Amino acid sequence: MSHNYFKTYPNKDGFFNEYGGAFIPPVLESEMKKITDAYFTISKSHDFINELRSIRKHYQGRPTPVYYCNRLSQKYGGRIYLKREDLNHTGAHKLNHCMGEALLAKYLGKKKLIAETGAGQHGVALATAAAYFGLECEIHMGEVDIAKEHPNVVRMKILGATVVPVSHGLKTLKEAVDSAFEAYLKDPINSIYCIGSVVGPHPFPMMVRDFQRVVGIEAREQYMEMTGELPDSVVACVGGGSNAMGIFSAFLDDEEVAIYGVEPGGRSMNLGDHAATMSFGTPGIIHGFKCYTLQDENGEPSPVYSVASGLDYPGVGPEHSMLKDIKRVNYDVINDTECIDAFYELSRLEGIIPALESSHAVAYALKLAQKYPQSSILVNLSGRGDKDIDFIMDTFGLPK
Amino acid sequence: MNRIQQLFSKKQKQILSVYFTAGFPQLHDTVSIIELLEKHGVDMIEIGIPFSDPLADGNVIQHSSTVALANGMSLSVLFSQLEHIRKTVSIPLILMGYINPVLQFGVEKFCETCQSIGIDGVILPDLPLHEYTKEYKHIFEQYGIQNILLISPQTEESRIRMIDQQTQAFIYMVSSSSTTGTKSKFNDEQIHYFKRISSMNLQNPLLVGFGISNTETFAQVCEYTHGAIVGSACIKALEQPGTLEQNISTFVSSIKG
Ligand SMILES: Cc1ncc(COP(=O)(O)O)c(C=O)c1O
Repeated sequence: MSHNYFKTYPNKDGFFNEYGGAFIPPVLESEMKKITDAYFTISKSHDFINELRSIRKHYQGRPTPVYYCNRLSQKYGGRIYLKREDLNHTGAHKLNHCMGEALLAKYLGKKKLIAETGAGQHGVALATAAAYFGLECEIHMGEVDIAKEHPNVVRMKILGATVVPVSHGLKTLKEAVDSAFEAYLKDPINSIYCIGSVVGPHPFPMMVRDFQRVVGIEAREQYMEMTGELPDSVVACVGGGSNAMGIFSAFLDDEEVAIYGVEPGGRSMNLGDHAATMSFGTPGIIHGFKCYTLQDENGEPSPVYSVASGLDYPGVGPEHSMLKDIKRVNYDVINDTECIDAFYELSRLEGIIPALESSHAVAYALKLAQKYPQSSILVNLSGRGDKDIDFIMDTFGLPK
Repeated sequence: MNRIQQLFSKKQKQILSVYFTAGFPQLHDTVSIIELLEKHGVDMIEIGIPFSDPLADGNVIQHSSTVALANGMSLSVLFSQLEHIRKTVSIPLILMGYINPVLQFGVEKFCETCQSIGIDGVILPDLPLHEYTKEYKHIFEQYGIQNILLISPQTEESRIRMIDQQTQAFIYMVSSSSTTGTKSKFNDEQIHYFKRISSMNLQNPLLVGFGISNTETFAQVCEYTHGAIVGSACIKALEQPGTLEQNISTFVSSIKG
């Protein structure tokens, strides 16, 4: 990696090598240009940086701690540490980019925030940001996810957001993105699409990454302070890839740190049974950007599945696609069963109920710990699992 | 001169270009629809390649795409249906679709097939100008395929002039900055936009698309530009109970009067 990594990637057209860009109709092209210009202006302004810092400290409760998992490490080996994004206000890392996106929206004079949500965490975080800044908020969510993530649907409504159920296709995250784009296109002048991850057309993958970098910056410093060294590996789950980019970004230059992105392996390796985009996909264009995608020979996005609603997407962030090609990050899969096992292990050994998305990263850390019992592993615990408990009890029940 | 330029050299006013989605309402309607549109006096046809993720389209076209995909339509099926189209149809034919299916098919193979069938131009609304010029322009030119580019009310003048340099067909003017349903009449702001672009004296003719659904809106755009592209209204007509021919004939009169 280079000193100028963040200045080199993306380039001015939003490309991370061949991935990213903005493959969008001209109506959106001019809006994206306005958003990009505004972002470059305010992200360098003293007032904006100050306001965001103050929000992070006093409203979100940052910095979130890094925690050493004593009992988990004893049982599995290794030294397992968690970056506790589950303790960020609203219970996941998503608020880090939502507060930034909403602040930008306010600066642009937008009245309404529109977004998709899978697990409901991005929806809850955006509804929270909208309440904070006094903006309207409309969240699109697949009907399958609405049933699965009921607590988050209620939270969004309490926060004053409109939840739009999406009933086409598989009724999950991809369709929610389609629907949110459509709503945005109806009035791109007064509304803004605050996309929920490091995906979508430029500048979103860059902007969301920049807003999430706080996770890595904090974690690296905290870990060094706790241990006097760098971790041997850093692990995060990858849906679109925002929590992963947040923590990875601080370690890209540290060549001695192995970095692992964990994709959802679902119920099998057959197409339609997983959402492991980088492990099984090919380069394509989806939702306005180029990335590894799960698609058929006609270029249609394939059906995807994961037990974790927030990972259930046939595309992935363009920066991850590049980091895979240049081999800086290793991408691997964890299946539903391993995920559920890790969910219970962390709950029962450490008293932390993780989100099903984050449980994928925990499961991978347990594998690494067993394989390399002398090593240290820093996991981004991207969110807490309260939203998933009804679904887990109904579908899997308690462990025997 | 390509077929599109020939059309505009013969006829500068009241051009009616019609969009329909291939494979809708039935998989094998494509060729009949094209022949009937020509027979009933349509000047040019845009054949839509259905895609499940159509960022630029409204509900009616999205619905037709969903039906067409379920019917089994794809780019390769479409090309095989169109193989002999030039035996019966002489007006300009354009393919309209999204970039990913074309990329997966192979851009060069796509252009080559278009040329051999007699397709004159392509509209890919999610392929930005700089990507086109950087990556694909030389291929399109090698096979004589016109890439038709879109502008919206927000597009800057310098960019419109650049687009004008990149094509020898026409400029597709999107009528408004939103996709909100069809309107019964264009408002003052839109009329002002039509006038503004028309007074730029571009080398390419102008066609307006999005929101033209009746004689009134057709007449409005024809006053300032060379004509119109009509999509949703045609798709709605194709769904009516009558025969394809009845529906197409009624549809064309509903626009031209
Ligand atoms: C807790 C949690 N982690 C991870 C994700 C996946 O998103 P990303 O890959 O952008 O971090 C989600 C998405 O809903 C989430 O709620």
